[in-house]
Amino acid sequence: MIQFKNLHKRFGKLVVLDGLDLNIKKGGIFAVLGPNGSGKTTLIKCLLGMVIPQKGDIFYNDKSVLKKWNYRNELNYLPQIANFPPNLSVLELIQMVKNLRPKESNEQELIDLFGLNDSLNKKLGNLSGGTKQKVNLVLTFMFDSNLIILDEPTTGLDPISLIHLKELIQKEKAKGKTILITTHIMSFVNEVADEIVFILDGKIYFKGTIGELKKQTNNNDLEHAIANLISKQYA
Amino acid sequence: MRFINLLFFLFFISVLQAKQIEVCESCAIKSIKDAIEIAEKGDEILIKTGLYKEHDIIVSKSVVIIGEKGVILDGEGVGGIFTFEADNFTIKNVKIINVGSSYTVDYAAIKVVKAQNFIIENCTFESVFFGILIEKSKKGIIRNNKISSNRASEASSGNGIHIWDGDKMEVYNNELFGLRDGIYFEFVKNSFVYNNLSTNNIRYGLHFMFSNKNEYHHNEFRNNGAGVAVMFSKYISMHHNKFRLNWGSASYGLLLKEIYDAEIYNNLFEENTIGINGEGCTRINYKNNSFLRNGWAIKIAGACYANIFTNNDFMHNSLDLAYNSKLNDNKFDNNYWSEYTGYDLDKNGIGDIPYRPVKLFSYIVNQTPEALVLLRSLFVDIINFSEKVSPVFTPDDLLDENPKMKRINDSI
Amino acid sequence: MLKILKYSFYDLMRSRWSYVYFLFYLLLGFVLLFLNNDVNKAVITLMNIIIVLTPLIGTIFGVMYYYNSKEFTELLLAQPINRSKIFMGQYLGISISLTLSLVLGLGIPFVLYGLFKSTAIFNFSLLLVVGSFLNFIFVALSYNIALSTENKIKGFGYAILMWLFLAVIYDGIFLISLVMFNEYPLDKFSLVATMFNPIDLSRILILLKLDISALLGYTGAVFRKFFGTNLGMVLSMLILVFWVLIPIVRMNFKLRKKDF
Repeated sequence: MIQFKNLHKRFGKLVVLDGLDLNIKKGGIFAVLGPNGSGKTTLIKCLLGMVIPQKGDIFYNDKSVLKKWNYRNELNYLPQIANFPPNLSVLELIQMVKNLRPKESNEQELIDLFGLNDSLNKKLGNLSGGTKQKVNLVLTFMFDSNLIILDEPTTGLDPISLIHLKELIQKEKAKGKTILITTHIMSFVNEVADEIVFILDGKIYFKGTIGELKKQTNNNDLEHAIANLISKQYA
Repeated sequence: MRFINLLFFLFFISVLQAKQIEVCESCAIKSIKDAIEIAEKGDEILIKTGLYKEHDIIVSKSVVIIGEKGVILDGEGVGGIFTFEADNFTIKNVKIINVGSSYTVDYAAIKVVKAQNFIIENCTFESVFFGILIEKSKKGIIRNNKISSNRASEASSGNGIHIWDGDKMEVYNNELFGLRDGIYFEFVKNSFVYNNLSTNNIRYGLHFMFSNKNEYHHNEFRNNGAGVAVMFSKYISMHHNKFRLNWGSASYGLLLKEIYDAEIYNNLFEENTIGINGEGCTRINYKNNSFLRNGWAIKIAGACYANIFTNNDFMHNSLDLAYNSKLNDNKFDNNYWSEYTGYDLDKNGIGDIPYRPVKLFSYIVNQTPEALVLLRSLFVDIINFSEKVSPVFTPDDLLDENPKMKRINDSI
Repeated sequence: MLKILKYSFYDLMRSRWSYVYFLFYLLLGFVLLFLNNDVNKAVITLMNIIIVLTPLIGTIFGVMYYYNSKEFTELLLAQPINRSKIFMGQYLGISISLTLSLVLGLGIPFVLYGLFKSTAIFNFSLLLVVGSFLNFIFVALSYNIALSTENKIKGFGYAILMWLFLAVIYDGIFLISLVMFNEYPLDKFSLVATMFNPIDLSRILILLKLDISALLGYTGAVFRKFFGTNLGMVLSMLILVFWVLIPIVRMNFKLRKKDF
C-alpha cells in the first residue's frame, strides 16, 4: 500500500533519512519506533508531503505522492501537538476541516464518545491540553480513510479517553485499515501494534512483529528488546 | 442771410459745448481715424456697433471715445491700436483684438504718452501684445477692463497694464490673464492697485520695479508663472491680497527683492511653492497674514534685517521657514504655528514654550534640494527633533517666544 | 484558499489584538477630529502615524500569526489542499482583517465628522489606500521572514529589524548619501531610492497630494515630470502593487521547497 524507495533527506549537514526503503502492506497497525532524532517524524512528514525529500520516491496506492496533494484525502493524520486557532470554537474548527475535505464524516459519534458536547461552543484558546487532544482525535477519526497516521496519540489523554482511543484504533483495524503510529510509550505499542518498524540513523533497522523482535533480541520485554536493538547498534 | 448766420452761430455753440461724432458703416464718418481727424477738443466720438479693422490711431486731442455694445477693433496683428498723446481723454466700452507682436516695438492696444487726467474703462482687450502701455503720465484711472492674451513665451508676450514713469495712478477692478506680467509698474509712485484679478500670466501677476510709495490691496493673484514680484522699491503697502497656487521652481506667492519699509498685512498665501521669498528686505512688518499649505511659507535668502513677523497664521506648510544663514536679525512673535506641539498650562492663549520655526530639514533641503523627497519621513522627524533640542545648524535665537495656541486670522 | 481565508479572518477578527488595533484607530480618529477641529491637520498627523504604524503592526501580526499557528498549519498541511493555498489564505486573512481595522477605525470618526462634505475626502481616502497597501506589503514581507526562519525569536527579531530598517535606517542612509554626493545630479537617484522602500513610496504618494507645492520647487527635469504630472501617482501605485506581488511570489517559491 505504501512504498518508500531510496528516500534521502538532509537538513543542512544533518542526514536524517539515508536511502530508506520501506514497504507497508494494507491492513494492520504499524508502530514506527526509534530513538529521538532517528527520523520517524521526518519519514511520516515525507509521506504527508510536509517534508520534501532530496532523493527517492514515495508511493501510496501505487501512485507517487511527491508534489501532489489530492492523495491526502485518502489519509487521516493526527499531529503531535494540538494547537488550534484560539478564537474559533470547537464546532467551527470541525466545520472548517469538514469544509476542506469533500468527504463523509461521523464527528457526532466521536464527540459523544469523548464527551465533548459541552465544549462545542467554547473557544479553542480556552480549552485544556487534554481537551484539545480530544478535539484533535475527533478531527482525525471523523473521516473514513484507508490510512491513519497517528503522531504521539496518547499525549495528555486521561485514562478513559485512552481506552476510547485504543478501542477506536482496534475498530478501524477491524475495518481493514492501515494505521501508522509513532510513540514512545512501549506499553501502548505492546498493546496495539501488529508490526514494528524500527528506524535508526535514517534507515530501517528492523521490521517485523513484536514476537519476531523479541526472538531476535532474545528478550521477553519489549522495552528491553528495543534498548537492546539500540545498544547493539552502538556497541 | 440771417438764417445762415444763425446756423453758423449754432454750429459754433455746439462746437464749444462739445459735439458728438458717430462712426459706423452707414454713417457719414466710416472710420475712427476720420472721426478723430475732424474731432475737436472735448468732442465725443461714439463708435456704433460693428467691426473696425484699424490700427495706429493717433489721438492727440482731448476727446471721449465711447463704443456701443458689440464694437470690435481688429488690429489684424499688424501693430498697436490707439496712441493717446493728450490730457483729459476718456476711452470706454471698446473691445480691441489682435494687437501685433514685435521684438523691437512695444505695440499696445492703448498706448498713452505724456498724459494727465485720463480714464480707460470697461474695455476688453483680447490677444494683445501689450494691453495698456502708459509712459510719463499722471493721474490716470484704469478700471473695469479685461485684458488677456495667448502668446506662448515670455519674450513674445507683453504686459497687461504697463506703466513706466507714472504718478498718482489708480488701477482697479481689472481682470488680467495670459499675459507676461499682469500689471507692471516701473518708476511709478503714489499709486493704487486694488480689486484686480491677475491669473495665469506667464511671469508675474504683478510686478513693481523702482516704484515707491504705492499701495496694492484686495487683489487676487493666482496661478501665475512666478507669482508677484516687488523689487527695488520703498514704502509699499500690501494688504488684503490673495496669493494662490503659484507652483514651480522659481515661483513665489510674493517675491521681495531689495525692499525697504514695507507693510504687509492681512494677506492670504495659499498653496504656493514659496509663500514669500525675501532677498535684501529691511524694515518690513508682516502682520496678520495667513500662510496656508505652501511649500515654504517664508524663505529668507539673505541680507534681511529688522523684519517683524507678528500675528501671522502658519498652517500646514510643508516647511514654515527657510533660512540660508545662521544669522538672524528678524523677529517672530505671537504667530500661530500649526506644527506647534507645546502646551498652554496657564490658559492665556499663548504656548508656554517657544516655537522654533526653522527645521534642520529645511536647512538640509537648502543645501541638497533632492532631499525634499524625504519630507515627513520618520528619520527626518527624528533629526529635526534633535536639532530642536540643541540647535547646531540653524540660528538658535530664531524663536517665536509667544506662539499662539489658536488661529488668529480666521476670516481671511 | 477562500475557506482558509475565511477561518483565519474569523479567528483574527475575534482576537483581542484586532479589537485593540481597531479601537486605537477609532480613538485616534476621534481625538484628531473632535479635539482639533482641523481636518487638514488631522490628515497630516494621520499620515505620520499610518506610514510608521501600519508597517509595524503588519509585521508583528504577520510573524506572530505564523509562529502561533505553526502546529495548526501542520494539521492543515495534512489535508488535501495545496500548500500555497493554505498560506495565501492565511496571508489574506491577516491582511484583510488588519485593513478592516484600519479602514473602519479611521473611517467611522471621519464619516461622523462629516467627511463627505469636506474637501479632504480625497486625501483621506488616499491615506486609507496607502495604509491598506502597507498592510498587505508588510504582512507579506513578515511571512517571508517567518517562512525562512525556523527559530521564532530570531524570526521576530529579523522582522522588527526589517521594519526598523525600512522605517528609519533606510531614510538615514538615503539622506546621508544625498548630502555626501551633493555635487552630482541626484534627482534620478533619489526617485529610484524611493521606489525601493515601500514606506518611502507610500510617503511620496501622500506628499503628492499634501505637499505638491513644495515638491514642485525643485528644478530637476525628472522631478518635475514625476511630480508635476500624473506619472508620479500612477508609477508609485504600480510599484506598490509590485511590492505586494513580489513577496507573494517569493513566498510561493519558498513554499515549494520548504519542510515543515
